[in-house]
Amino acid sequence: MKLAFSVLIGSILVENFVLSKFLGICPFLGVSKKLNTAAGMSVAVIFVMLLATAVTQPINRYLLMPNGLDYLQTIVFILVIAALVQLVETVLKKFLPALYKALGIYLPLITTNCAVLGVVVLNVNNAYSFGIAMINSLGAGLGFMLAMVMFAGVRERLESCDIPKFLQGLPSTLIAASLVSLSFLGFAGLAEGIFK
Amino acid sequence: MTTIEEKRTLRQEFTKGLVAENPTLRLVLGTCPTLAVTTSVVNALGMGISATLILLCSNICISAIRRLVPDRIRIPAYIVVIASFSTMVQMLVKAFVPVLDKSLGVFLPLIVVNCIILGRAEAFARKNTVLASAADGLGMGIGFTAALLCMGTIREILGAGTFLGGAQSLLSIFGENALGGFDGFRLIPEGAFLQPMIIFILAPGGYFVFGLLIALSNKLAGNGGKTKAGLGCAGCPMAANCSLPQKEKCKTEVKPE
Repeated sequence: MKLAFSVLIGSILVENFVLSKFLGICPFLGVSKKLNTAAGMSVAVIFVMLLATAVTQPINRYLLMPNGLDYLQTIVFILVIAALVQLVETVLKKFLPALYKALGIYLPLITTNCAVLGVVVLNVNNAYSFGIAMINSLGAGLGFMLAMVMFAGVRERLESCDIPKFLQGLPSTLIAASLVSLSFLGFAGLAEGIFK
Repeated sequence: MTTIEEKRTLRQEFTKGLVAENPTLRLVLGTCPTLAVTTSVVNALGMGISATLILLCSNICISAIRRLVPDRIRIPAYIVVIASFSTMVQMLVKAFVPVLDKSLGVFLPLIVVNCIILGRAEAFARKNTVLASAADGLGMGIGFTAALLCMGTIREILGAGTFLGGAQSLLSIFGENALGGFDGFRLIPEGAFLQPMIIFILAPGGYFVFGLLIALSNKLAGNGGKTKAGLGCAGCPMAANCSLPQKEKCKTEVKPE
C-alpha cells in the first residue's frame, strides 16, 4: 500500500512525465493552447496508457520473458500500442459515438506519443508487478493531465502579453514551460519523505 | 517541406537538413530527446549518432520497399522497419558502450517514436529514390546531431562547468585509455568563485536553452526572410493519416504565428 502510494505521488508530482522526464513534449507544446483541447488530449492519453500497460504487461511476462525474447520488446510494444489505438478508435466510433467525437481526433496522434511507449518501457525496466505498473501508468497519465491543464492556463495568460517579436510563439512558450517545470522541482524528495 | 516537383541534386538533399530545414531548430521535430539527453555533450553525441544511423537505415529501407507496401498499411509497416533498426542499434550500444546505454536510458528505445524518423519516411522516403532518401536521411541526422551538440555544449558548460566530460565512455570503443585517457576539459575549476549553475542540467534549463535557441534560429531565419519555426502539419508524422476532415485538419496544432 505504501509502495503504491509513493509510486502514485512520485509519478504525478516528483517525476512528472512532461516537466521532469521530457516525455510527451509534442502534445504538451502542440495541444496546450486551449483548456478544453488540453483536457481532451489528456483524457485520451490516460485511457491509452492504462490500456497499453494492461495489455503489454502480461505479454511481456508470459510470452516474451519465458522464451528469452526480451530483445523484441520495443517492436512488440509499439505494435501493440498502434493496434490498440486503432482498435479503440474503431470501437468508439461504432459503439460510443459521443465519446468518439470528444476524443477521436486525439487518438491517431497518440500512437507516436512517446509518453505512452515511455510508460510501458519504464514499467518493464523497473520490473513492476501488474498492480504497481497500472498505478504507475495512472500516475503518469494524471501527471500529464496536470501539466497540460496548468500549462494551458499559463498560455492563455501569455496570449495577452506584449512579447518581443523574436520571442513570440514557440520560444516564449518554451521559456514559460521552463518556469512551470522549475516550480515542480520543489516536489523533489516528496515521494520518499512522505511516510517519515 | 520538400516537394518532389522540383528536382534537387543529391547534394542539395543532403545539405537542406543541416541548416535550412534543420529538423530540430526549424521543423521542431523530436523535441523529447532534444530536451532530455542534452545534459552533456557526450550524451548528445551518442543520441545523435544512434538516431542518424537509424534514420539512414530506415530511409534506405523504406524507400526500397516503397512500391511494395500498400498505402493503407504503410504506417504500421514503417513502424516495424524503424523499430527493427532501433532494436539493432539499442543492442549495439548495450554491447559496446554500456555507459551510454545507462545514461540515455529509456530514450534509446524511444527513438522508435522520434517524429523525425517517421516524419522523414512519410514526407520523403516513400516518394523518392533510394539514393536521394539516403542523402536526405544522412543530412537530417547530422542536422539533428548538430542541434543536440549545440544544446549539450551550452548546458554542460553552464550547468556542470565541463566540456566533453565523460568522453572516455564513448572513446572506450577504441580500447582502454584511448587518446591517452582523455576525459573532457574542466572549464570551471572546483572551488572557484564562479560555480556552475546546476539548474541548466536539470529539466527547466533544458526548456530554457531550447527556447532561446529557437528564438535565435527564428531571428536568423527572419533576417533571411524565412518563416518562423513552429509546430504545424508538416511536422506531424500523422498528418497524412489524420482522421480529421481535410478542412479542419490539425486545428489542435499550433499554427505558426
